[in-house]
Amino acid sequence: MTARDYDDVPGTYVLDSRTYRKGYHLNMFLMSLNKAEHRAEFAADEEGYLLRYDLSEAQREAVKDRQYLEMLKLGANVYYAFKLVSHDRQPPQVMYGKMSQPEMSFDEFQQMMLAGGRPIEGNRSKQEKPNG
Amino acid sequence: MAKIVAGMGTSHVPGVGAAMDNGKTDEDYWKPLFEGLVPLRKWHAENVPDVNIIVFNDHATSYSLNNYSTFTVGVGERFKPADEGWGARQVPDMRGSPELAWHIVECLMADEFDMAVVADVDLDHGLTVPLSIAYDQPDEWPTEVVPVCVNVIQHPLPTAMRCYKLGQAIGRAVASFPKDITVGVWGTGGLSHQLGGERVGVVNPEFDTAFLDNLTADPLANAKLTHTDFIRDAGCEGVEMIMWNVMRGALSDRVEEVFRFYHVPVSATAYGAVILENVQGSNA
Repeated sequence: MTARDYDDVPGTYVLDSRTYRKGYHLNMFLMSLNKAEHRAEFAADEEGYLLRYDLSEAQREAVKDRQYLEMLKLGANVYYAFKLVSHDRQPPQVMYGKMSQPEMSFDEFQQMMLAGGRPIEGNRSKQEKPNG
Repeated sequence: MAKIVAGMGTSHVPGVGAAMDNGKTDEDYWKPLFEGLVPLRKWHAENVPDVNIIVFNDHATSYSLNNYSTFTVGVGERFKPADEGWGARQVPDMRGSPELAWHIVECLMADEFDMAVVADVDLDHGLTVPLSIAYDQPDEWPTEVVPVCVNVIQHPLPTAMRCYKLGQAIGRAVASFPKDITVGVWGTGGLSHQLGGERVGVVNPEFDTAFLDNLTADPLANAKLTHTDFIRDAGCEGVEMIMWNVMRGALSDRVEEVFRFYHVPVSATAYGAVILENVQGSNA
């Protein structure tokens, strides 16, 4: 797979052709939650609903456990992941906190943003921050 | 002839719409934002064009991995607010402007911009939140809209320069529309923000300020930024700022910034808004 110059940016998951192919079915499942009738079907039987999509075992587990960072690593894009957060009637900060490493609570994430956000200094390149 | 009167840039964070829809604008968290928007809304109340061309992006709502175009013009008579996963916003439908929209499509194609067109499409927060920011909560939106949807999510994306040149071509198209109407052009999205991954929450006021400054001082500098410049310095979703280049390109060579507001945070985003007026006598 062709390397991209943004591969050097830490803790960042760009929706490009590599992610597209890896996460196609996962994202199409997430997208399906735009429709109220699908949300109802998913709520009634998560396991059964997920079987309608050609997901890997790891992708199914990540969805069931609401492991958002893992979902991104398995090809989900964050705009699609929002559909699951909305389905759960959670504010997005819950997902943001869970993706942060170390994880943050809703309040901790909110406080970080109120204090000016995550600093860009030290977060531009894997040279500065090897593990994101 | 039609005339572009001004441009607006604004972030389109969904939380802004939700705060309005749920009556939370007086809460401590939201107060600084909505107080900062008071002069912007006053300007919009006094400067209502016939049509707003709104450059926005869809967020896995009406387009997805299954079917995506780089630049899409909405040519429908009417558009509904979309259900993005939490039920549709209770805001008025958007009235389209098919005659102007088709004129723009025809001019852009002749100008070698190969546009997609869509008629029956629901519009998400990328377009409805800027309307709420400008016009608050009216029973009907005061202008018609021409939605211009840009792919800023699914790479490869159009370059920042391509967006700027698209804006210039939209400017030429509007100037050749044979009806005496006034037109606003809005660029939406940004400013710096990242919503996914371990780096979620990163913002960069220094980058944002330089970008806002260059809308008047050196728009080509903003057009020369690469996608990786945005991703690295303004966050993965900060690349939405290329849509502001479409707006800027549609204005005249020289513009005057008559309003600017910048506020961190709105959710996980650095909120920014500007209003730019064309300087008389400079080239369209």
